[in-house]
Amino acid sequence: MNHATQTLPEMTPPAAMIRTLGLIAAICGTIIVAAYQGTYRAVQENKRIALERAVFKVVPGAQAIAEYWALPNGEIAKVGAGETAPADAIKFYAGYDTAGRLAGIAAEGAAKGYADTVRILFAWDPATRKIAGFSVVAARETPGIGDKVTKDRDFLANFPLEAEPAADGRALAHEIRTVKHGSKAHAWEIDAIAGATITSRAVGRAINDTAQKLLPRIAMHLDTLKEKP
Amino acid sequence: MHESAAQIFINAFLANNFVLAMFLGLCPFIGVSGKLETALPMGAATTFVMLVASLCAFGLNLLLAYFNLEFLRLIAYIVIIASAVQLVEMVLKKYSPALFRALGIYLPLITTNCAVLGVALFQTAREYDFVQSVTFAVGAGAGFTLALTLMASVRERLRLSDVPSVAQGTALSLMLAGILSLAFMGFAGLGG
Amino acid sequence: MSQAATTTWEEFMEGVWRQNPVFVMVLGLCPTLAVTVSAVNALSMGLATTFVLTCSCLLVSLLRKLIPKEVRIATYIVIIATFVTVVDYLIQAISLALYDALGAFIQLIVVNCIILGRAEAHASKHPPLTAVVNALGMGVGFSIGLFALGSVREILGAGKLFGFSLFGEHFQPWVVMVLPPGGFFVLGLWLLLFAAWGRWRQRRQGAAKGVTQHA
Repeated sequence: MNHATQTLPEMTPPAAMIRTLGLIAAICGTIIVAAYQGTYRAVQENKRIALERAVFKVVPGAQAIAEYWALPNGEIAKVGAGETAPADAIKFYAGYDTAGRLAGIAAEGAAKGYADTVRILFAWDPATRKIAGFSVVAARETPGIGDKVTKDRDFLANFPLEAEPAADGRALAHEIRTVKHGSKAHAWEIDAIAGATITSRAVGRAINDTAQKLLPRIAMHLDTLKEKP
Repeated sequence: MHESAAQIFINAFLANNFVLAMFLGLCPFIGVSGKLETALPMGAATTFVMLVASLCAFGLNLLLAYFNLEFLRLIAYIVIIASAVQLVEMVLKKYSPALFRALGIYLPLITTNCAVLGVALFQTAREYDFVQSVTFAVGAGAGFTLALTLMASVRERLRLSDVPSVAQGTALSLMLAGILSLAFMGFAGLGG
Repeated sequence: MSQAATTTWEEFMEGVWRQNPVFVMVLGLCPTLAVTVSAVNALSMGLATTFVLTCSCLLVSLLRKLIPKEVRIATYIVIIATFVTVVDYLIQAISLALYDALGAFIQLIVVNCIILGRAEAHASKHPPLTAVVNALGMGVGFSIGLFALGSVREILGAGKLFGFSLFGEHFQPWVVMVLPPGGFFVLGLWLLLFAAWGRWRQRRQGAAKGVTQHA
């Protein structure tokens, strides 16, 4: 070994470096694409099943679903596969029973809870014009306190909850509001759980934010939605 | 649901502190937080890299979404973070050698700080716009710096106390982190 | 047992026990604390990490003579990110519920220092078989660590193990254990336990040899 190599370690020529990096990038690229292609169908299938299960859970009697956009101009449009949301559109799911009749409408809502965003899926019954119920999609609320909203019997007794679109077709006739425990005075108010007020309020706000925009848009199209497409 | 910039900042800074509530960036938190004087530069450097990474990730995500290449997101993010760290290193070396020497070994280590990748991934998952992303990155960095500084101060103080020899080192640090985390839970609901 | 088999076994046990990434080296803390709110999550995370670790080490070891040392870290990160992406899609294909429970921490496996550390310190210097065995050992060790944490937190914080109720109706769960502070506390206690045990064993060995120990 001569002196020069000791003090100055030999450098890999740039061409060799680029060649090797290119080779590795090619190998990695192939692996990723193969994994993506290989799992694509299973993943889509899983997502579909998960969505159906979630909708069936909140819409009583539903056996099949159809996905729609409620557009800001008041129109509705079927969701195409892999389509991105049009501006200001709200996605909703129409649930159909075994006879193919509309059993209910489900949509997602989100609001800031105690620890993090509370995301819920709620169901609207077009026959009674009430929110039939809701389920939590994702939340990091305190176990034993915030998660009471799905178990507390008094809280669940708030549903069905009145949600009537106003005559002018722009909003709900009455804003859905969560009120302090024991002070519920109207059919559109939600009685909060004592000790879990913030999470209760998040549920109310999540429903209200979506319902205010979505339900008036849907109300005009109930005839189109009535039968399974 | 629209979050205001102030809400995002408070959430990332206190209520959902990256280190104490989300468990991101723990390695430097436990490893580096021995001395107060190194905690601050480390936090500042990480914040800066987070900001750069957040900006790059925002642009990159637009590009990936345009070409429908979302499955390359992770690999693209990590490469861009590694490059960003390298770039920051070179720029600092050229224009501010003093700061470069002060940060020393910590700079390259930021690449494997999961808080940095966390910022990029979370801002994408939550579909933040440009202003929101920047606020989020700054808030997360500030939160990281705060946690690091708090921990370093407590540990400096603790060196003078009488601790059973078995408990010294990481075990004690973890217990301290637990207590800090318990205290930070009090901030929950602040960003509502 | 032949010489080769012994070394392979030792190589494996290195990560499982002597150099356990969770309890001895205290590496990869972020996922360790974040996902261990239940035993199932902990085990899944352990498996996912083991998969990435083993595959990455295999590829790094196979390519070790090709990779120029100037760009080795960048190369390792790209290789690791590849396998993390693979695992990400695999978990989505297996169970979306699990995917949601583990959240961003699947993608954050990329920056788990154990993997980069093993690629750099071991796989880049050893032939594929040794590298894979060592990586498997590390992965198993990591999984054991996660499971030790996850099961304790689930039992204390929810009164359950693998989702089955252990104590009946009247158990009041110690909720803080499944919250962030609980993660720090339980890991701290485990480390304390290990340190105390190591101390005790050292003292006993010292006593057996007749050497006085100064603590």
